[in-house]
Amino acid sequence: MSTTTQTTPIYDTDRQRSRALYELIQVWHYRDLIYQLIYRDVTARYKRSVLGIAWTMLNPLGTMIILSLVFSQIFTSIEGYVAYVLSGLLVWNFFSQSTTAGMNSLVWGGDLFRRIYLPRTVFAISAVGTGMVNLVLSLVPLLLVMLVVGVKISATFLLVVIPIILVAAFALGITLLLSSVGVFFPDVVEMYQIAIQAWFYLTPVLYKLDILPDAVQFWVRLNPMVYFVDIFRMTTFYGQLFSWRILAVAAGVAALTLIIGWWIFAQVSEELAYRA
Amino acid sequence: MNEHKEPMNRERVIQLENVRVKYQVPTESARTLKEFIIRSVQNRGVHTQEFLALDGISLEADQGDFLGIIGANGAGKSTLLKLIAQVMRPTSGRVYVRGRVAPLLAMGAGFHPDLTGRENIFLNGTLLGYQRGDLEKRLEHIVDFAGLWEFIDAPIRTFSTGMNMRLAFSVATDLQPDILLVDEVLSVGDAIFQEKSLERINRYREGGMTTVMVSHGMDVIRNQCDRVAWIDHGQIRYVGDPGTAIERYTTAMHEREAEPAL
Repeated sequence: MSTTTQTTPIYDTDRQRSRALYELIQVWHYRDLIYQLIYRDVTARYKRSVLGIAWTMLNPLGTMIILSLVFSQIFTSIEGYVAYVLSGLLVWNFFSQSTTAGMNSLVWGGDLFRRIYLPRTVFAISAVGTGMVNLVLSLVPLLLVMLVVGVKISATFLLVVIPIILVAAFALGITLLLSSVGVFFPDVVEMYQIAIQAWFYLTPVLYKLDILPDAVQFWVRLNPMVYFVDIFRMTTFYGQLFSWRILAVAAGVAALTLIIGWWIFAQVSEELAYRA
Repeated sequence: MNEHKEPMNRERVIQLENVRVKYQVPTESARTLKEFIIRSVQNRGVHTQEFLALDGISLEADQGDFLGIIGANGAGKSTLLKLIAQVMRPTSGRVYVRGRVAPLLAMGAGFHPDLTGRENIFLNGTLLGYQRGDLEKRLEHIVDFAGLWEFIDAPIRTFSTGMNMRLAFSVATDLQPDILLVDEVLSVGDAIFQEKSLERINRYREGGMTTVMVSHGMDVIRNQCDRVAWIDHGQIRYVGDPGTAIERYTTAMHEREAEPAL
């Protein structure tokens, strides 16, 4: 306890470094909180239910069954369609759930922000972290479905960490960007719920990109999720290595979104305390 | 550090210089993006009203000080604490805070009803910026002080308000902070626990902790503080001797009550 003299933190509004950097340092200091929040979200959600953690795995399976029943007649050309849908669905759910949860806690988690200091980004990071835990758990049912449907499981499955990390970075960037607007206009959260429905259908989760006419394909390719879903599917469903070109595009988009989102959010997050 | 009381060179730990906090309150319902866009397109603009919560406050506190803040509701007391707690940045002016701040205004912030008392210690502790490892080491001490061993593995939704407060206080003050911010919370809990927590605060104070307390309880203010600031409409009306501050404040309040409201 006598060490406090050496490490005394000093807060001085006259001498502040870059806010984005300050946020980064603080997030590192509060890293254990991120772990606690993820732990809370993963466990508290299932504590009262009998099925517990198994629910995380059963949930996407249910959606997969429904979607496959509906769409398998239309997309008969895709072999192992059920596994194809599930692989796309898992990565899509990871993205949509983490961004939604992150925005909700940043924009609506205000009570806490108005009472104590916290690097607010921590809540977006933990939302993505929770999504990541759920995604990793859902890889088990994906492997099972692939076995059942007869899709070959290849060693590239282990490379799935790469798309997971890239989607995580992209989701965090999007969360921070949209939350920056949400600080001023909370209805952005609701608008996002509508937008994400459209976004889902503009991403080849249920279909293959090449069934679209060329002109449409060009526009759909501007959707970054196309590349993330593609890489994820390459390693899992197709059991192939992704091309360096696609990896570069995905990594570039993820990094850029994260950097811009982080920077903007760090500038405006102080406003949250001012909102009554 | 608390055991031996060596003479301290009392350093300045809190300094506010000409601090202003201005809230922008939208007068119409322009808080949604939809509304904002419609208004901008129609060229109607969005009107906001400014509200000065703090208007040119200069205040300081040294190591070991016990500073009280009194004033009517809405005078700006809580905003002042928020500035020191780093929750809010001033619109203008300077806020300087040296040391680790424990905000008691956040008692139980982030407690999750479905998690156990033990799990909530970790959640609440990390929210206050502690590391997991430290909390593990202090766990026994924290539960001892709160006197909650019997219930520590029960979900916190089964706790009474008093038990919640005891746990929250115990987590927030387990280690001596450099600065303690108290917002009207010591009145919660039973008499024995109140006494116990005041005793801890006073022990820390001898160890050099600075306390800033906001309260409407004039007895606590009189007994605990060595300096008191009276804030009125975002401005400091008086700083200094607690007796004088309380007297001036209560006199002004009585006069205001006697007059018809403006």
